[in-house]
Amino acid sequence: MAKQYEFPSKGLPYLLVLPQMIVVVLFFFWPSIQAVWQSFFLQDPFGGRVLFVGFENYANLFMDKSYAASFLTSTVFAVAVAMSALVIALFLAVQANRKIAGATFYKTMLIWPYAVATLIAGVLWLFMFNPNVGVIAWVLQRKLGVNWNYLLDSNQAFLLITLAASWKQVAYNFVFFLAGLQSVPATLLEAAAIDGAGPAKRFWTIVFPFLSPTTFYLLVMNLVYGFFETFPIVHQVTAGGPGKATEILVYKVWRDGVINLDLGGSSAQSVILMFLVIALTVFQFRFIERRVTY
Amino acid sequence: MTEHSPIRRFLPHLWLWIAIVVIVFPIWLVFVASTRTNLEILSAPMSVLPGSHFLENYFRVLTEGGHALGESAWMMMKNSLIMALGISVGKIVVSLLAAFALVFFDFRFRKAIFWSIFVTLMLPVEVRIMPTYKVISDLHMLNSYWGLILPMIVSATAVFLFRQFFLSVPREMAEASQIDGATPMQFFGEILVPMTRTPIAAMFVIQFIYGWNQYLWPLLITTKEKYYTLLIGINRMLAGADVEIEWQIVMATVLLAMVPPIIVVIVMQKQFVAGMTETEK
Repeated sequence: MAKQYEFPSKGLPYLLVLPQMIVVVLFFFWPSIQAVWQSFFLQDPFGGRVLFVGFENYANLFMDKSYAASFLTSTVFAVAVAMSALVIALFLAVQANRKIAGATFYKTMLIWPYAVATLIAGVLWLFMFNPNVGVIAWVLQRKLGVNWNYLLDSNQAFLLITLAASWKQVAYNFVFFLAGLQSVPATLLEAAAIDGAGPAKRFWTIVFPFLSPTTFYLLVMNLVYGFFETFPIVHQVTAGGPGKATEILVYKVWRDGVINLDLGGSSAQSVILMFLVIALTVFQFRFIERRVTY
Repeated sequence: MTEHSPIRRFLPHLWLWIAIVVIVFPIWLVFVASTRTNLEILSAPMSVLPGSHFLENYFRVLTEGGHALGESAWMMMKNSLIMALGISVGKIVVSLLAAFALVFFDFRFRKAIFWSIFVTLMLPVEVRIMPTYKVISDLHMLNSYWGLILPMIVSATAVFLFRQFFLSVPREMAEASQIDGATPMQFFGEILVPMTRTPIAAMFVIQFIYGWNQYLWPLLITTKEKYYTLLIGINRMLAGADVEIEWQIVMATVLLAMVPPIIVVIVMQKQFVAGMTETEK
């Protein structure tokens, strides 16, 4: 490859990246280092004494049954949200990608929920299912005889936040699946149809392989969403309850740090979460890189 | 494509309409609640048809707000808008400059800088809450617009999108501008940025929505009602027992919080979809 033209300039490039680097260092690297640093200390919540405890905060976490439980809750939650949002979005994208009347209208109607804040998604579902004022809750209680009260029943609480979180995420996945579907060559599908492949066979042997990079990308993004970005829903709808039934990891970090003022413990949790995200990022990137070199 | 039976043709419509109903119904309920009195909502079940208190409720929400909160939705809307614009415009400017340097200049540490931006790609603020809070507190930026905006400006996505686009710009253009005596910054401002209109528009839509919908960060650093965004206001108004909540006021605020980003997405749908699927690469 011939050498690309580059501007001859000594100081300018540094000046150009300076704002970005200031923000990255100040609000990313510095806090991350702080998190690692603080995770080795035990801090008096009233700001007095600080005690170096080494890996004790981590040891405490790994022995803490409620942390293991929170890990499990998060994983089940993230996987449930990712799976339902992916399957529903793929199904709807396939429907909307057909040559049907009103396809543009359908697409718009399925895309715009992306703009709805995660918190709002939580409020919408809270309002429908609130045991005292919710319209759907009323139908469940009075018409269907379900003993509906997600504030007391942990399975119901878990179901409700999963529905609210998936409801919002479908639009995001839909955008990507639709773009992916449009890149499938129509001639290939026609040829397969002429050879006698039915719609199901065409989907699994031609369309789905075409979509696999998109699906993989979305899977990682959906897991990140489920693990980390669903804090507003949990905070608003269940507050981690009833008991600790819906206490996902980010909610626990927040509660231990902000409410219980356990800085060391909260920092240790942050560090573990950071490793989790970095692992997901590296995983994602290796995959993308391989795809690019194809 | 080769299937033409009536049922096969009808089914997609049925599925898509079911999806639309599931999407729209909760929002419809919010709208209905925002046109009714609290008494009508509390004596469940609320009717699913709009009531007659639309103007009254929205007027109150916009001018004085709920009793539980001393701020009007108008104030909170202003705060949400400042935060959303600050984050989106800030990200775009900072990322354009960085991408320009990374693509068009050869300098020491280029690789290191690229990687240091890259690792921020997916790390959400949720996982480093307390230390970031401490930085902002040390900088005396709690309860300020700077505090709401600056930590959210870290964005690898925008840098990558612009970098991607810049890489596709023919280098002869840069060389030619240099021969014509233009400085690199003139090339940037007069040629490169105007060429980047479409990616910039796409990024704006995505980041505006991102900024408008921020929740955890403002929740942490705003304790003065003066700086509440709409989402924080909604959360505060929903605190307390179900019967004490002014549901009609909350729901009107919810609707106000939903409308601006939805309008942005619908109006700029094309740029938005292109921007989303471009950043994937």
